[in-house]
Amino acid sequence: MCQAGEDYAVSAQRETLPVPRPGREQKCVKCAEGLPVVVIRAGDAFCRDCFKAFYVHKFRAMLGKNRLIFPGEKVLLAWSGGPSSSSMVWQVLEGLSQDSAKRLRFVPGVIYVDEGAACGQSLQDRVKTLAEVKLILQNTGFPWHVVALEEVFSLPPSVLCSASQEPAGTEEAYKTAVDSFLQQQHALGSEGCASPAQGEDQSHPSHSQEPLGMAGFPTAAQTEALSRLFSSIKTLTAKEELLQTLRTHLIVHVARTHGYCKVMTGESCTRLAIKLMTNLALGRGAFLAWDTGFSDERHGDVVLVRPMRDHTLKEVAFYNHLFGVPSVFTPAIDTKAPEKASIHRLMEAFILRLQTLFPSTVSTVYRTSEKLVKAPREGCASGPSSPSCLLCMCALDIDTTDSATAFGAQSSSHLSQMLPAEAGIPTTPCCGSGEGQAQSCHRGVGRRGDAQACVIEQLCYGCRVNMKDLPSLDPLPPYVLAEAQLRSQRAWVSKEIQEYLITDDDEEEEEESRAIKQEGENTGIGL
Amino acid sequence: MPESKVGTAQCEYPKQPTSLPPMPAPTCSSCHAARAALRRPRSGQALCGSCFCTAFEAEVLHTVIAGCLLPPGAVVAVGASGGKDSTVLAHVLRELAPRLDITLHLVAVDEGIGGYRDAALEAVSSQAARWELPLTIVAYADLFGGWTMDAVARSTAGSGRSRSCCTFCGVLRRRALEEGARLVGATHIVTGHNADDMAETVLMNFLRGDAGRLARGGVLGSAGEGCALPRCRPLQFASQKEVVLYAHFRRLRYFSEECVYAPEAFRGHARDLLKRLEAARPSAVLDLVHSAERLALAPAARPPPPGTCTRCGALASHALCQACALLDGLNRGLPRLAIGKGRRMLQAEPPLPGNSSQATSDPAAPQGPCTCEQSRDGATLCKEGGDRAGATCVLQSDVSPSE
Repeated sequence: MCQAGEDYAVSAQRETLPVPRPGREQKCVKCAEGLPVVVIRAGDAFCRDCFKAFYVHKFRAMLGKNRLIFPGEKVLLAWSGGPSSSSMVWQVLEGLSQDSAKRLRFVPGVIYVDEGAACGQSLQDRVKTLAEVKLILQNTGFPWHVVALEEVFSLPPSVLCSASQEPAGTEEAYKTAVDSFLQQQHALGSEGCASPAQGEDQSHPSHSQEPLGMAGFPTAAQTEALSRLFSSIKTLTAKEELLQTLRTHLIVHVARTHGYCKVMTGESCTRLAIKLMTNLALGRGAFLAWDTGFSDERHGDVVLVRPMRDHTLKEVAFYNHLFGVPSVFTPAIDTKAPEKASIHRLMEAFILRLQTLFPSTVSTVYRTSEKLVKAPREGCASGPSSPSCLLCMCALDIDTTDSATAFGAQSSSHLSQMLPAEAGIPTTPCCGSGEGQAQSCHRGVGRRGDAQACVIEQLCYGCRVNMKDLPSLDPLPPYVLAEAQLRSQRAWVSKEIQEYLITDDDEEEEEESRAIKQEGENTGIGL
Repeated sequence: MPESKVGTAQCEYPKQPTSLPPMPAPTCSSCHAARAALRRPRSGQALCGSCFCTAFEAEVLHTVIAGCLLPPGAVVAVGASGGKDSTVLAHVLRELAPRLDITLHLVAVDEGIGGYRDAALEAVSSQAARWELPLTIVAYADLFGGWTMDAVARSTAGSGRSRSCCTFCGVLRRRALEEGARLVGATHIVTGHNADDMAETVLMNFLRGDAGRLARGGVLGSAGEGCALPRCRPLQFASQKEVVLYAHFRRLRYFSEECVYAPEAFRGHARDLLKRLEAARPSAVLDLVHSAERLALAPAARPPPPGTCTRCGALASHALCQACALLDGLNRGLPRLAIGKGRRMLQAEPPLPGNSSQATSDPAAPQGPCTCEQSRDGATLCKEGGDRAGATCVLQSDVSPSE
């Protein structure tokens, strides 16, 4: 038995009946007419048209159910070249070209991030891949951006500040927005150019240079810096996590600079199930709802949206094959890595293997993920002013009374730096799970240790464990280090003046304590 | 080297890491005097045997005190299976008992698994004798109307994909432990679950979609709700490797063979995954425990506040507690009745008339529930001693702890 609550009768039936193969006498289960070409789930054979309708319906239903994308909004599609995101771009393309009643109502742009330097690709390979990518992007007709990952070295520290959030659109706000948009449509409808936001002929150039003012390819120095960063990371797990973080920051920055308020990523159901289990193992249990939910508003003004989260990888693959969706293969950082190289690979192999034994594994995990909420657990520090992680921008999930991490820190609190004492033994740095207390481990190096400790302090548990695999934080892009320093300075300053600040809650207590302090000082001075 | 041969048991020796370059042994980083004998799996710190044991005990003490798990004056029933976790737990609690001001009783459960449990019970008996702790053994056969785990396994053998005997065993064992604890007059129950068990549990619950169990949290054990005794797990932040190391350095004898039904359990998948995760990243176990502590599930996913079972009066989320429901299913010849969605529709069936006269000692024949007066109004436990084989409710006064 693999599933809690699974019905006895249904499971027995599923097990004894063989999966029906689409033979000549079988018809599509939906329209009962066409010849089936693909089997979805166990035993549901669809014909080509019904499959397309099913697939497209899922996509539109996911967007429509959540009502986050307002008409006329600019939405950036994050395209990696892989099958899921290609399918997503294709869906948007088709959705925009339908007749006006069913047409998608937002304004898309596409972004492609070139990660060749992090994956160790040579320059010629990258140029070749970029040529293919540009061809496909030009065919979509949307405004497109190609950015290289090296540009993280030119990002401003403000990308790590979650900008002020607009209040989430309510039902009425959505409905009024749709109504006013439709009225606009009718007003312009007579001329034939239905919306000023069609991708075909635009006033602005259909391809934009890199937004940060660099012309063409990144410089060799930046490529060198990036590959130095990634080769200094000891484990593949930490590499993948850092890559994801940097990529997200870059995409959010591009979205902000060009006025996009939503970003769509093409993660499929299978990928999200794997991601959920991986994040559990990485210590990010508190943030699962943000990492795998439909919308992710950690960055404030830019909201990440996952419209493909209901489509399994199998459906995506069949759709792309049947309908000729173009995609580009680029080797990723974990291509050809053995199964036990990283937690991501392990979890992927595990889930896919378990799926063959228990075919409902992925959908079970997906359904459980829908029950996760974005609130902190009762009793943890919460509120808009609570500090957020430097890298992943979630509210910090480490308290001083923390059981597991305090436990780990307790045993390592009397640990001295081991590297000078026992040279040559590879050990993991000891205070990776240290908390905000002053229980940092005694370091032989002074200032560098301080800078490192001040960055570590501002990270959530999961990011801290990842940073353990970086021997030195210097190769990190400067915006991270600058923001860390800024935040710690700000914290230090506010601690200094904390007692003199009047806040709304404890105004009276403040005055009381100040009065007592005053008295104490007076008596002290008077002596 | 300690000898831990109990019957056919094997001892587990901690493996030395083979990738370290050969060099003179470092000194213990805690007392700086003795030669270091081990490296802690979690932090890589080199310690001598006694410093490690002291640190381990200090951490268990911290867990108990920080979570207020065992207040002073508590009478604690230790679930002892003879395995490494409960052996270490009993030993550590015995060391800490004066400081915590608690009294200990060992409670062992005999599930009736031939060839496995008898050898384990021998181990528990010898431990109890050596540590001078009172031991109580409760048997499934006595508590649950003749159903031993072997009988359950035979009964569920034909029903398809997996036998799910482990589901039965887990539920019934918790009931049995509760009954045993009540017998000795305990106020708290402790079990030896370690951090690996917690990590496996959270993985398993996600893979099976058990949002109710996830929502219940339960990282720190459950405070007693209603009539259930509070349960806790003092070893829950100690990883399995450290438990084994502690047993090694304290020269504890334990029984370490795997249950004969273990290969069929779903937990095996989670355990396998955890082993691999630990190889990829040593702190994976603690990271999972950290994640589990902070899961935020929707309030709707939480199970309803529990009431009491209409048949035996124990804590139950539905009309019947899980143990009664499972036993009901077994007795009716539908072993999977209480597992799965059908459970929700399962109400306390009215007792079938006239069945009690057909009571036989063969548990496999469908039996009716106990028809005595007291069980019908559901509030009190059945006190009738005669019809044991036919009864499905727990007979408190009839449990005779066999030493």
